[in-house]
Amino acid sequence: MKDFARLLDALSFQPGRNAKLRLIEAYLKLAPDPDRGWALAALTGALSLPNAKAATLRELGAQQAGEELFALSYDYVGDLAETLALVWQPTKDAPRRNDLSLSAVVEGLQQASRREVLPLLTGWLDQLNATERWALLKLITGGLRVGVSARLAKQAAANVGQVPVEEVEEIWHGLTPPYGELFAWLDGRAARPDALAALAFRPLMLAHPLAEGELVNFDPAEFRAEWKWDGIRVQLASDGDTRRLYSRGSDDASGAFPDIVNQMDFDAVLDGELLVAHREADTLRIAPFNELQQRLNRKSVTAKMLQDFPAHARLYAILFENGEDLRALPFEARRQRLEQWHAKNRRPRFDVSELIEFDAWAELEKLRESARAASIEGLMLKRRDSPYLAGRVKGHWYKWKRDTLTADCVLMYAQRGHGKRSSFYSDFTFGCWRPIKPSDDSVNRSADATGRELVPVGKAYSGYTDEELKKLDKFVRDNTIDRFGPVRVLAPKLVVEIEFDAVQLSTRHKSGLAMRFPRFHRIRWDKPVAEADEVEVLKQLIDGRSAI
Amino acid sequence: MSGPHPQTWLKTTPSGLYCEPGGFHIDPARPVDKAVITHGHGDHARAGHGSVLATPGTIAIMRTRYGGDCAGVLQALEYGGSLKMGEVAVRLVPAGHILGSAQVVLEYKGSRAVVSGDFKRREDRTCAPFEPVNCDVFVTEATFGLPVFRHPPDRDEIARLLHSMRTFPDRTHTVGVYALGKCQRVLTLLRAADYHDPVYLHGALVPLTGTYRAQGVEMGETVPVSQVDKSDDLAGKIVLCPPSALGDRWTRRFAEPVPVAASGWMRVRARARQGNAELPLIISDHADWDELLQTVEDVNAPEVWITHGREEALIHAISATGRRARALSLVGREDEET
Repeated sequence: MKDFARLLDALSFQPGRNAKLRLIEAYLKLAPDPDRGWALAALTGALSLPNAKAATLRELGAQQAGEELFALSYDYVGDLAETLALVWQPTKDAPRRNDLSLSAVVEGLQQASRREVLPLLTGWLDQLNATERWALLKLITGGLRVGVSARLAKQAAANVGQVPVEEVEEIWHGLTPPYGELFAWLDGRAARPDALAALAFRPLMLAHPLAEGELVNFDPAEFRAEWKWDGIRVQLASDGDTRRLYSRGSDDASGAFPDIVNQMDFDAVLDGELLVAHREADTLRIAPFNELQQRLNRKSVTAKMLQDFPAHARLYAILFENGEDLRALPFEARRQRLEQWHAKNRRPRFDVSELIEFDAWAELEKLRESARAASIEGLMLKRRDSPYLAGRVKGHWYKWKRDTLTADCVLMYAQRGHGKRSSFYSDFTFGCWRPIKPSDDSVNRSADATGRELVPVGKAYSGYTDEELKKLDKFVRDNTIDRFGPVRVLAPKLVVEIEFDAVQLSTRHKSGLAMRFPRFHRIRWDKPVAEADEVEVLKQLIDGRSAI
Repeated sequence: MSGPHPQTWLKTTPSGLYCEPGGFHIDPARPVDKAVITHGHGDHARAGHGSVLATPGTIAIMRTRYGGDCAGVLQALEYGGSLKMGEVAVRLVPAGHILGSAQVVLEYKGSRAVVSGDFKRREDRTCAPFEPVNCDVFVTEATFGLPVFRHPPDRDEIARLLHSMRTFPDRTHTVGVYALGKCQRVLTLLRAADYHDPVYLHGALVPLTGTYRAQGVEMGETVPVSQVDKSDDLAGKIVLCPPSALGDRWTRRFAEPVPVAASGWMRVRARARQGNAELPLIISDHADWDELLQTVEDVNAPEVWITHGREEALIHAISATGRRARALSLVGREDEET
C-alpha cells in the first residue's frame, strides 16, 4: 500500500502529463507482481471492488473523532474520504505493519462477503498512515480522481516494456487483472500474450494532417475521399453473442450505447464514427458534437437520453468478417467488402460513410470550403492501395480539415500554466461584447461607455510563440485588477484574434456559446478593445439547428 | 490557585495581551512602552517598542530583520533566568518553535500564567525543546486545532523529497519555506537524512540563515542562488525560496522546477493545491492536534486561553476533559503558519 499510496498522492498533485507518465512508469518498474497489476487495474478503471457508502464513512468518522469534531473537520477539509483518513486514529494495540500490500487489500476485498468488508477495512485503517488511509478509501469509494486516463496508464505500462502503446491496447481486452502475462511480456520474460480472438480491440488506423501545399505532389487518381465526421471514432466488434464498442483509447463504451450494441447481432469487426442522428421523415440529420457529448463518459444511460440523443454508427471500414482478417487488403477491396456486408446486414442505426467522387483536387477544395454543416470536420483522403495499418503511419491517410473560423476577443482572466509554464500566465479566458441587459443592475466592471459588457466565450492556452508568451505574461502582471485565488482578473485592454473550429450553443457559459478547439491566432496589440467582436456575431456562426 | 485569578491581571487590549501589575505587553501588535517578545516571527516581534525583553536568540533575529535600533532597549534574558518587572516575576522557557522561541512564565502573588507563544513538541535541531511548566492559566495557540492535523514524522517527509529527486533527477526541486525557522529546519532535516550536497538559497533566506549559523546551528553548505553562474540551471539540486517565489518569474532560470511546499497546511489536499505545489511536504513548526491536547495535560492547567487558529474544536476537546477553555481574540495574529 505504501508505494501505491505514494504514487496516487504524487499523481494527485502533478498536473503535467509527462510527469504523470514518469511517476506511473517508475512505480510499475519497481513494484512487485501482483501489486503493480492491481495498481494498473485501479488506474485504468478495470478494478471492481465493493463500494463503501458515504454514510458508512460518516459513521466511522463520528466514532473516531466524535460527531462535533468530525463535522468541524469535514467542514474544513471538504472531502469525506480525506477527512476520515486524517482523523483516523489507530487503536493503541493495533499491530503497526509496514508491509500491508495492495494485493492483500484487493484480494481481501474481492473475497470478502458484504458483512466482512467493514471489519476488514477498519483493521487495515489501523495499520496505515494518513496518506495510505486516503489511498485505501479512494479505492473503495470509487473513482481515484487523480487525473489519469486509462490510456495514459496503458502508455506508462507500454513504456515499461518500451513497446508502442497500440500493442498493449490490442491485447488489452484479452487480459484480466492483475495482468501477470502482460508484465511478463513487458519485462521480456515471456512472449506477447495473444489478443482475445475476434473481439480484441484492433488498433485503429489514423490519418496525418494534410500539410500546406502537399496536395500538388499527389495524384488524385490514387486517392478516394470521404467526409470527416465530427463524432467519436469507434470500433464495433461482435461475434453475435459478445459485443464490444471500443472508443479510441480501446476503452469499452458498450454500456453507454445500448441502442448501438443491441443491433450488433453480427460476426464482424467494424471501424466507424459514432454520432447522434435524428431521423426526420426519410432523412437522417446528424447532430452537432455537443449532443453526442451528452452520451459520453457514462456507465449507463436513461431512456430519455436514448430518445433525445439517438446514437448512430457510420461505417468507414470492415476489419474482420466471420473471423476472416481483411486488414491486409487494399482500401478498394475492403471498401467493396464493407458495402457488400452492409447490403446483407442492414440495421436501422448503421450506414456506410459515402465516398465523394472527384477528378481534380480543385473540386474537393470547393466542397471542403462549403462544408460548414454540423458534424463535418472536413475531408479524409485515403490511398486506394493502402492496407489497414495500426496507428498513424505516414503516407496512407490524410485529414484535410475545413478552414478554421476566427474572432477578435478581449482577454478577461489569466491563470498560470503547469510544468515548464508554471511561472507564466499562459491560460486565458477571453470574451466578446454584448448589450447589458436592463434587468442586470449589478456593478459591471467590464462594461464600456456604450452600454455593452464583456462576457466570456472561451478559454485558450496555445497558439502563441514562446516570445509572445513572455509578452502576454508581462501584460497580465501589468494589468491585473483583481484576483480570485490563482485567477487574475485583467483590465479589458488586449484584443486577441482567436482561431476555432466551430461555435455551439451551450448553457455552461454566460454568453450561451462554446467554441470548439479555440487557440490564439494573432495578438492584436494594436486593436482598440471596443472593436472586438460581439457575441451576436459569434452566434451567427453556430452550426446545426438544434443544440444544447 | 492561591493568588488572584490571572484574568484579573492579564488582559486583552487593542495592542494585545497586557500584564497590568508588570506594566508590559506580550507580543504587542503595535508599538508600546515595554514589550516581552516570545519569538522573532513578524506577527509577534514588531519594531518600535520602547524596550524589549526576549531571549538572546530572538534579539539576534530582531536585529537581523529590523536592525539594531528597532527598539529603545533590547534586553536579553537567557532561558530559565528570572527577572522582576513591576510586581511580576518573568521567566523565559523554551517553546521549541524556532531559534530563541520562548514561553513567558508570569508569576504574580502566587498565581502563575504561561503564555506559550507559538510552540511545537517534536525534535528540532535549530532550537531548544519545549519545556512544560505547570500553571493556573495556559495561553496557547491553535494554528492546527483540528483533529485532521496530525503531522507525520519529519524524516518521512524529507524522504519523500529525496524520492522525488530520484524520480525527476533532471529537474530542480524548489522548496517554498518561510525565511525564519522553516528554512533552517529543513536544512538540518536534509543533513540528518544524509543529504550533503550544497543547498541553494533565494536571497530572502540568506540573512536569517546567517543569523542561525552565528548562533551555532549547523546547516551544512548553503550557496546563494545569486552567486551561481547564470548558465547553471541547478538541475538535480534543491533550491530553498520563500513560498511566494514558487512559480514566480525568478524560477525560470531553473530546470523545469518542481514546486515543493513545506508547511503543516500541506496535510489538507485542497490547501496544498491552492499553493500549486506538486510535492507538498508536511513539515510544521507548530504543535499538531495531539500535541496541543497533550501539552494542556502536561502543564495541567485548569484553564486554557486560546489566542489564534481554529479555537472552536480545541475548546470543545479541552472542555471535554473537565478544564475551562475560552478564546482570546487578539488582533494582528496571522492565521497562516509562520
